[in-house]
Amino acid sequence: MKSLWQTALVALLLCAGLNPARGAEPIRVGSFLAVTGPASFLGDPELKTLQMYVEDLNAKGGVKGRKLELIHYDTGGNAKDAVSFVKRLIKNDNVDLIIGGTTTGDTLAVIPDVEKEGVPFISLAGAVEIIEPVKKWVFKVPHTDRMAVAKIYEDLRKRGLTKVAIITGDGGFDKSGREQLLKLAPQYGITLVADESYGNKDTDMTAQLTKIRATDAQAIINFGLGQAPAIVTKNIKQLGITLPLYQSHGVASKTFIDLAGDAAEGARLPAAALVVAEQLPDADPQKPVLMAYKNKYEAKHGPVSTFGGHAYDGLMIAVAAIQRAGGTDKAKVRDEIEKTQGFIGTAGVFNMTPQDHMGLTVDAFKLVEVRNGSWKIVQ
Amino acid sequence: MLEQFFQFLVTGVTVGSLYALVGLGFALIYNASDVVNFAQGEFVMLGAMTAIALLNAGLPLPLAAIAATLAAILVGLLLERFAIEPAQGASVVTTIIITIGAAIFLRGVALLLWGKGFHALPPFSGDAPIRLGGATVLPQSLWVLGVTVLLVSLVRAFFNRTLLGKALLACSFNRAAAQLVGINVRVMLRLAYGLSAGLGAMAGILIAPITFSSYEAGVMLGLKGFSAAIVGGIGNPMGAVAGGVLLGLLEALGAGLISSGYKDAIAFLFVLMVLFFQPTGLFGHKVAERV
Amino acid sequence: MRLVGFYVFAAVVALLPVLFPTNYFVTVVGASAGLHVILAVGLNLLMGYAGQISLGHAAFFGMGAYASAILTTRFGWYSLPALATGLLIAGTVAWLLARPILRLRGHYLAMATLGFGIIVHVIMVQATRWTGGPDGLAGVPPLNLLGWAVEGDLQWYGVIMAAMLLTVWLSLNLVDSQVGRALRAVHGSEFAAQMMGIDIGRAKTQVFVVSALFAAFAGSLFAHQQAFVSPDSFNLIVSVELVTMVVLGGMASTFGAACGAIALTLLHQGLVVFEDYEMVIHGALLMAVMIFLPQGLFVGLSQGTRRLWAMRPKS
Repeated sequence: MKSLWQTALVALLLCAGLNPARGAEPIRVGSFLAVTGPASFLGDPELKTLQMYVEDLNAKGGVKGRKLELIHYDTGGNAKDAVSFVKRLIKNDNVDLIIGGTTTGDTLAVIPDVEKEGVPFISLAGAVEIIEPVKKWVFKVPHTDRMAVAKIYEDLRKRGLTKVAIITGDGGFDKSGREQLLKLAPQYGITLVADESYGNKDTDMTAQLTKIRATDAQAIINFGLGQAPAIVTKNIKQLGITLPLYQSHGVASKTFIDLAGDAAEGARLPAAALVVAEQLPDADPQKPVLMAYKNKYEAKHGPVSTFGGHAYDGLMIAVAAIQRAGGTDKAKVRDEIEKTQGFIGTAGVFNMTPQDHMGLTVDAFKLVEVRNGSWKIVQ
Repeated sequence: MLEQFFQFLVTGVTVGSLYALVGLGFALIYNASDVVNFAQGEFVMLGAMTAIALLNAGLPLPLAAIAATLAAILVGLLLERFAIEPAQGASVVTTIIITIGAAIFLRGVALLLWGKGFHALPPFSGDAPIRLGGATVLPQSLWVLGVTVLLVSLVRAFFNRTLLGKALLACSFNRAAAQLVGINVRVMLRLAYGLSAGLGAMAGILIAPITFSSYEAGVMLGLKGFSAAIVGGIGNPMGAVAGGVLLGLLEALGAGLISSGYKDAIAFLFVLMVLFFQPTGLFGHKVAERV
Repeated sequence: MRLVGFYVFAAVVALLPVLFPTNYFVTVVGASAGLHVILAVGLNLLMGYAGQISLGHAAFFGMGAYASAILTTRFGWYSLPALATGLLIAGTVAWLLARPILRLRGHYLAMATLGFGIIVHVIMVQATRWTGGPDGLAGVPPLNLLGWAVEGDLQWYGVIMAAMLLTVWLSLNLVDSQVGRALRAVHGSEFAAQMMGIDIGRAKTQVFVVSALFAAFAGSLFAHQQAFVSPDSFNLIVSVELVTMVVLGGMASTFGAACGAIALTLLHQGLVVFEDYEMVIHGALLMAVMIFLPQGLFVGLSQGTRRLWAMRPKS
């Protein structure tokens, strides 16, 4: 009797092991994000979004009958780790494509490897150098820092303000924003009367703001992310400075308003439509996509973040490309990503071409203002 | 121009008192054990984060603050019991690496418990800026300054006037001799870590309304506090305070008068100058070496 | 005995890529470990033998890296002259800094080196026109060794491992040389060493310069291997990591430093799969190793192996 049970057990185990209905090869999506470290404000929602939607797509049957497998590594915002993890993704984990590179530093560091190995790479970072000049395998889905600056300068010109003080942190996001602020100023008739700097971990910027207060600046632009812009905003109020304040899209989230409190009232910044999704007219083609993402993310994780939205855009563009390419052949997928047209994402409507590996225009940014503790669209 | 300068001074002293408070914790443990506790910044962070968590759970602020301080003291005691004590007899450098490991561990725990976001504590008495002749200062900064002064005098009195404090000092001067006169060195060490953790937690709770807190907040504050303690002469609590204020002033004046981008470099350049001319810090004891 | 150890080490290093030529962990992680070994061995000369603690060692690493990167990218220099310039800069800075800094003791010395490291890091971040700022410099051309452009992970493994073996060999020989023995005397007791006629100022300066040269050498290789440099790789955290490697492996031992460097490099790669739990495990492991093996991994492991060997059944 005993041996019969034993045989049955062994047979069962064998069947389980040799299950032929294993299913097709999964689609391996590689990702390297700055989930911890100075850019965790960006990387954390990016990872959560990718995980959420990979799970969601798999629950609906996967893509082309194949499940998605997300393999990701945390770079901690360190570009050196980005390089070694991308090598790991390509050589060790055999990924079919890569979505990641939270920071510009991380992205720029891995471009040589991605180009050499020929793996489609959709970056989630901001600087314009990522896609200018165009690189064969590199794409990007967030707006560029140049667009953010253009949006701010456009508004300043509308309000007739020409003398501006800028204050930026010591991160890559801050400094590349500053570079664009300096470059584009003459085009919009703006003169920069002050150019102050702080450390992203600093706790007090009153010294720098005191210097700014003494100039004839008509507006202040603070390009940064994390907690520092909130401190800058509070310091501005503390010093009694009443000049119009512009922030960057790096703080386009509820956390900024929570941290800065009433000091944030009246601050303006360029942001993806995601943060003001409910205020869009129902006819706006972006609205359904935005509301769907927002509700889904907020149900699980709290206030939505535009950076998480970029991860959504990246993943969905990749999935659409895989579907059009009929498989995961890297060259075909790359070609299809390049052909993305009329794709409605959280950041805007994407129309990519062989010369434009991003596909967004300045209008994809909305100008928003903090009013009564929440974001309101301007104009 | 003078008005500007005055604001720089006020800013410098404000920021400096944060560093001073953290530096005090470093001085305390060093006084008891000759070891620099690299997890001191994490005690500051834990105090702030625990208080915020308790506040969000519904406790009123004073209770949350007390409970958070007690929790931090407990962590300090546990750290000493399970990480420092088992390594008794190890070299100073080894012990320092243990504290570095502890710092990473505590940071990891904070990450797991409270995530990666930033959190704020409400200011104790509102945030209407106070004007001090052309410069403005936040009420919370006055709290920080006031409590720092209070704590420093308490710590000084503790070391100079109480038997317990003197016993603690004896442990760092000569452990064997202290044991011979009947001081329980193990208990003293535990006390030092507990006290330091408590001090750090209080600092964190005072600072959080100004600077926000996150799982990583301990790193920068720990660094600045350590610098403050060293510049002032490690082991001297008054020195730690002086060092902290000096560091804050150097940063603010460097940012205001020279270059805001290079202010940290300027501040540390001055620190190096101080050390070159005063190799044992501003108020440190001259060290006599055994030949 | 030491030389036997070295040959065994060299043999293992040479065999690994032959057995596993396409394994990411061997080629890429191995190369990364190799660079860390060069850094740790250099730092160990300073810390373990000369007893001077340095919390700013990453600054010299960065000097070599940025010198190579800036000279080859912005000025079109060839790699070897750029590398030599990097060594020259790091060596000169170390030499100038040595006298004032090495007069300090203990925590004050640690603070001074920490301050130095921070100053260098701030310059890397702020001097954007030269250094590319916080995002660094990308597009560093491949290392050109007299006509041979080093490309690809396997070739880099070879180059870095050769460099590593060279520095380990140098370190072993230095320790046993006259300079090395002077150093060990200084570590044992500065006063006694002085009494014996050793110029401690000069000895300390020499070792400070040598450790800086090792670090700058690693930096130049790093810049070419990664094809980019950024300030993130040369900050205080990195300096602390290097100190940890030396102490973890076992101070005053070249193989100890190498051991610590390899262990921590592997640990980082291994722990990354634990995502949010990585920090907690990392911290716990660090504490545990230092508590149970206070003399370092290398000594602990060799003692352990010796005990196991002694316990084998006598035939």
